[in-house]
Amino acid sequence: MLILECPYCGVKAEETELTAGGEAHLKRYGPGSSDDEFEGYLFTRENPMGVHFERWRHSNGCGKWFHAARSTTTLEVFGTYSAQTTEPPQEIKDKISARHPGWSWRDQS
Amino acid sequence: MQTPLKRYSAFAIAREALRDHTGWQRAWRKAQPKKRYDVVIVGAGGHGLATAYYLGKNFGITNIAILEKGWLGGGNTGRNTTIIRSNYLQDPSAAIYEKARSLYETMSQDLNYNVMFSPRGVMMLAQTEHEVRGYQRTAHANALQGVATEFISAQRVKELVPIMNINGPRYPVLGALWQPRGGSARHDAVAWGYARACSAMGMDIIQKCEVTAVRQEGGKVKGVTTSKGDIDCEKLGLVVAGHSGALADMAGFRLPLESVPLQALVSEPIKPCMDVVVMANTVHGYMSQSDKGEMVIGGGTDAFNSYTQRGSFHHLEETVRALVETFPMISRLKMLRHWGGIVDVTGDRSPILSKAPLEGCFVNCGWGTGGFKAIPGSGWGFAELMARGQSPLTDEFGLNRFTEGRFIDESVAAGVAH
Repeated sequence: MLILECPYCGVKAEETELTAGGEAHLKRYGPGSSDDEFEGYLFTRENPMGVHFERWRHSNGCGKWFHAARSTTTLEVFGTYSAQTTEPPQEIKDKISARHPGWSWRDQS
Repeated sequence: MQTPLKRYSAFAIAREALRDHTGWQRAWRKAQPKKRYDVVIVGAGGHGLATAYYLGKNFGITNIAILEKGWLGGGNTGRNTTIIRSNYLQDPSAAIYEKARSLYETMSQDLNYNVMFSPRGVMMLAQTEHEVRGYQRTAHANALQGVATEFISAQRVKELVPIMNINGPRYPVLGALWQPRGGSARHDAVAWGYARACSAMGMDIIQKCEVTAVRQEGGKVKGVTTSKGDIDCEKLGLVVAGHSGALADMAGFRLPLESVPLQALVSEPIKPCMDVVVMANTVHGYMSQSDKGEMVIGGGTDAFNSYTQRGSFHHLEETVRALVETFPMISRLKMLRHWGGIVDVTGDRSPILSKAPLEGCFVNCGWGTGGFKAIPGSGWGFAELMARGQSPLTDEFGLNRFTEGRFIDESVAAGVAH
């Protein structure tokens, strides 16, 4: 059972209280973008074996979207943070580095 | 070369019975990689082995190596609920799954290996008005596609499956989409049968051989680097399901896939009580009885990416809670095992059988929750694609459909239950 702490209301919510929203920090392309850029935004995903940044919604709680950093191989949660950002906070990156030296995720590391 | 493979037959059983079973051969031979092959297939699961088999049988290409990181058939080929059906809504899906279903009918004879195909019938329950309309539409589409299905009444459902409660308060049974020629088969035997037939044609099946890099030269594939050394090849087929993303990364391209766990569980064995496969898509549950008497139950997928081969418990709880209303007698059954498999899912819930951006490289992946039933059709089409550069079975399943917006949208018709 996955448990994530909602960064807005501070509730430790288990996964039935949450809705998964897929990969986080996608660069959004719209009108004027190339076919490849738009396809990448819509369909291409990192799908890593390891560190994954993703969107969650506290749907049966405060209803707000937030981000989580999690391992897809061990289900370890490195932390949750506000959705109003384009990259994970340094403390979460440090926490991941402590567990997975040399990790990278797109242009993050 | 070893001695030629002896055929399995009733006579062989009698012969071996008289000499203490000392004459049985290995089903497939152990092989060490050669320096070069015409074709290298990565992944010795059902789809990879079937591809190699039809490359040999239909196109005479037998200088093939099939590389496997773990052991043969040890991935999702050995983790599924063995349901075979082809009652799909979209034409390209119906074509490839119906080809697969028809090949299953003669597979035991074709491979000289008993895959225990049992065309016992597959029933997809309609438990809401919406589903009734959806399945009636599918039945009409199937009639045009030449797939034998019909929409049957709740009374007929009850006749076919007497243990079912069709008057449930939450999930009443309003009818069902019935494919009498669907069924199930022994999943391991499908992999073993293909492996034996491939080995008999002279192909090398190399287990515990992990691919660590894809080598290319001038935009064309040159070979692979493995834990057992470099292997050169003319054409490379990647058939590795959940690990497709990692291999595509090595080959320098990306795939529109996400990997999630799908769960299944099996009960203690009981006397025969249900001789069809029942699927209930509203409640994400499906059930059949194995030849050993166990009730084989499939559940839903987790909503988040994971490679853990185990899923969230609440999904099982939801599946079982709903099935207990539909099949009250299973409420006292003890469950023996439960497990998860990692399924690679695309945006439109249809597979990818395609040329890769790297010349000479081909990908077969994205089967999501429904790969087992497609094994022979997928192998047939993918072999043709690799040998000729195109195939009527796979043309619609190319990678370019995501750029061009030509989706084969089965997410409503088949997104969960397979």
